[in-house]
Amino acid sequence: MNADEVMREMAVILDEVAGVAADQVAMDKSFTDDLEVDSLSMVEVVMAAEDKFGVKIPDEEVKNLRTVGDAVNFIVKSA
Amino acid sequence: MSAHPRVVVTGLGLVTPLGIDVASTWQAVLAGRSGVCALHENWASDINSRIAGAIDADLSNVLDKVAARRMDRSTQFAVIAAKQAVADAKVLTEVDPIRLGVAFGTGIGGLSTVMQQMEILAERGPDRVNPLTVPMIMPNAAAALIELEIGAQAGAHAPVSACATSAEAIAWGTQMIRDGRADVVVVGGTEAVINRLAMAAFAAMRAMSTRNDDPATASRPYDLGRDGFVMSEGAGALVLERLDHAVARNANIYAEIAGFGMTSDAHHIAAPDPEGAGAARAMIAAVTDADASMTDVLHLNAHATSTPLGDIAEAAAVRRAFGAHTDQIAVTAPKSSIGHTLGGAGAIESILTILSIVNKQIPRTINITDFDPKVELDVVRDSHRAITKSEILALNNSFGFGGHNVCVAIRNY
Repeated sequence: MNADEVMREMAVILDEVAGVAADQVAMDKSFTDDLEVDSLSMVEVVMAAEDKFGVKIPDEEVKNLRTVGDAVNFIVKSA
Repeated sequence: MSAHPRVVVTGLGLVTPLGIDVASTWQAVLAGRSGVCALHENWASDINSRIAGAIDADLSNVLDKVAARRMDRSTQFAVIAAKQAVADAKVLTEVDPIRLGVAFGTGIGGLSTVMQQMEILAERGPDRVNPLTVPMIMPNAAAALIELEIGAQAGAHAPVSACATSAEAIAWGTQMIRDGRADVVVVGGTEAVINRLAMAAFAAMRAMSTRNDDPATASRPYDLGRDGFVMSEGAGALVLERLDHAVARNANIYAEIAGFGMTSDAHHIAAPDPEGAGAARAMIAAVTDADASMTDVLHLNAHATSTPLGDIAEAAAVRRAFGAHTDQIAVTAPKSSIGHTLGGAGAIESILTILSIVNKQIPRTINITDFDPKVELDVVRDSHRAITKSEILALNNSFGFGGHNVCVAIRNY
């Protein structure tokens, strides 16, 4: 999967888990500051992404995933 | 008169198997309809009670999608009912949030969520367990989510006393206003445990009806053929308000919470005291708290769950409390129509009591084909009955496993 495809899937997850509208999701958007994803929802987003992309995102890595782009790049790299 | 401020009801909300709002539920109860159906799900096939008052209405558009996925089904019902009640009372723009409280309970809590997460835990391991599990299963979830929804800051409480829970919530809310802690309190209760474990567990107690071939007539309080309660789900919410606060904002006032009585049996963990002493004391306490005489009571909305022992024990308690005046009290048992919503029942049935007072009509107890002669009560059956008097004092009884007895006294306003 390339970065664009992962981004589109992340938008679906963010809509379902945290009610973030798809047009709000962009690589440079911060989960907490821009998209208002709280810490519990972030756990849900991570779990959904792990299931979707068949990757493991360790807790210590989640702290580094500040933006959607950080997550997308991590997933592309790990998949 | 009492020194404490008077408390009135200015908003109502209902989610029941008979309708997902107040008007449709009331119309169905008055029409003598049953909300009980067969459970066709596979998980129910080997349980000896396979009938329930399940809510099959689509509620997916009523709550925000993300908010709803963070709630157990019981909390979804609670929040929907509470939103109806505050909208009905038109109160949120007219009350200081620090003077707005919540008292809302559940008998069992988020058991369906527990079961779903147990399955995930067993099949997929601990790192797949939903991070919202704890706030979804805690018994104060409904009170907390309502508090968040309406911005209530005077305190949010979650009484838990099995099937007396939401009657107790009405008492707590009334007391909050009397104590001066709040001007407005959203009270009530909810339940949603039509699942394999709860059905199996109540069935193991031999507490539930096994009239699986005729669901609509299975809940039959006071009938000789009654064989247990019928599980149901739903929520009821009321807006309680200090009288002068309601009058000052020209609110529609349904009725007055005139008083309440709460006692405990200290008799048995599940069986009612056959003498009904504790239940009788609760009724006497409620009437006393209402500054009324026992002979003022015209109507009783009974707990009557359709169990062989419970209905008789309550009937004995009523006679113990009221003596000869018992014959002057029109009694009805709405669980005949709705089934038993456990922690939701006290609020749902208090709302029906209020609607009986407002509409001056007492709904019938359905499904009585062979009236139990041991029940020495004037039970409204066959058709609903008009209330002809203008001064109306009515009681709503709710009793819970553990010997919790709660009686709410409601007066016309």
